[in-house]
Amino acid sequence: MTAAYPTESLKAHPPYLYPDYRSTVKRSPSRALVVIPHTLSELTGPVYGHESLREHDSDLTRQHAGEPLGERIIVSGRVVDEDGRPVPRTLLEVWQANAAGRYIHVVDQHPAPLDPNFSGAGRVVTDADGRYRFTTIKPGAYPWKNHPNAWRPAHIHFSLFGPTFLTRLVTQMYFPGDPLLALDPMWNSIPDEKARWRMMSSFDIETTEPEWALGYRFDIVLRGRDATPMEDPHHG
Amino acid sequence: MADAVVKAGTKPDGITPSQTAGPYFAYALTPAGRYAIADLATNDLVTDDAVGERITIAGRVIDGDGELVTDAMLEIWQADGEGRLPGADPALSNARFKGFGRCECDAEGRFSFRTVKPGRVPGPNGAMQAPHLDVGVFARGILRRLFTRIYFEGEAGNESDPILKLVPAERRSTVIARRAGADLYKLDIRLQGENETVFFEA
Ligand SMILES: [Fe+2]
Repeated sequence: MTAAYPTESLKAHPPYLYPDYRSTVKRSPSRALVVIPHTLSELTGPVYGHESLREHDSDLTRQHAGEPLGERIIVSGRVVDEDGRPVPRTLLEVWQANAAGRYIHVVDQHPAPLDPNFSGAGRVVTDADGRYRFTTIKPGAYPWKNHPNAWRPAHIHFSLFGPTFLTRLVTQMYFPGDPLLALDPMWNSIPDEKARWRMMSSFDIETTEPEWALGYRFDIVLRGRDATPMEDPHHG
Repeated sequence: MADAVVKAGTKPDGITPSQTAGPYFAYALTPAGRYAIADLATNDLVTDDAVGERITIAGRVIDGDGELVTDAMLEIWQADGEGRLPGADPALSNARFKGFGRCECDAEGRFSFRTVKPGRVPGPNGAMQAPHLDVGVFARGILRRLFTRIYFEGEAGNESDPILKLVPAERRSTVIARRAGADLYKLDIRLQGENETVFFEA
């Protein structure tokens, strides 16, 4: 069976069935997945580059007439593959709640105010070195109905394509020091603790702009083809 | 624990884990004119330069209780009618046909794609695959994209398809859309339980 992308790396992902996250109970397959080789269909994928961006797609604080309320932040980082190679010119889509923890989605009924100056959706494309950067406001925590008194830690949803169908990733970025993390079934659904912390951003004074916005760094690691063992200078 | 900073020139210790898309993705991923951001991809893949028979593929997404899933997003990735995949085939490099579509299920759990019927693309060891779409399913309660395929009823190539052969015979019908009209194919995606859709690991 030909696997162009190592499948060992998939162990970083959560299981489909994770009963602490109640919605998985009836939405997870009960039969074993059928393991298949990687064919041309999986080794290709849609390409969306700069032509898919419009003005202000990467500045969520400038999509309306006025400025949104909340703490302005800059999120930046690099998209790399599991061998550390940059993933250039790939599209990231982000979406999030506003500073009060409310989504503009019609189904969100959390009694926190909508902000007329904030939609919470953005897009950015990585440069030749895999770097991306967007400006937004820090999202608030919000309640959900998973269990009594359940609250999601502050997070930004990320959607990435990478070069092929197999590199597609939807994930969430979290903020350091959030007291809700330990109680969050989504965070805890990742079995390997080291892998879990790859969803954690870090405060970054280099990205922080004086008199303007705090900076957070969030690097994202996608699957990589033909991974070859490489010396790790930190554990060598 | 180390957070998500990959030092330049080093090999990361693993990939970033998947998380659910949750219930509130529509205003970013499937705006369909309802929200400010422009559509990236819709459920209509047909462009005037797309080669192939125009078809519609429709169905529902159903959970383990038989309930309709009204907040799922489906993504499809496919070749054109001549088996050419955008990005892999130079002849398609300037085409408007993207081969990629997205559809948010409606209040009745229904999805549909208007597209061209894909041609055959090579499989492992040069054996040709039967016409198919690669499908990703995202939703609240789905922690990691579910990967399935949609094949087409009546295709001679189905018998010898190298991927279908890996699926137990009694489950193959869960990934083969049936012809429901001159240009209409239908297939439901059942996340769990009786006639559960075959999902792949790749
Ligand atoms: Fe969320």
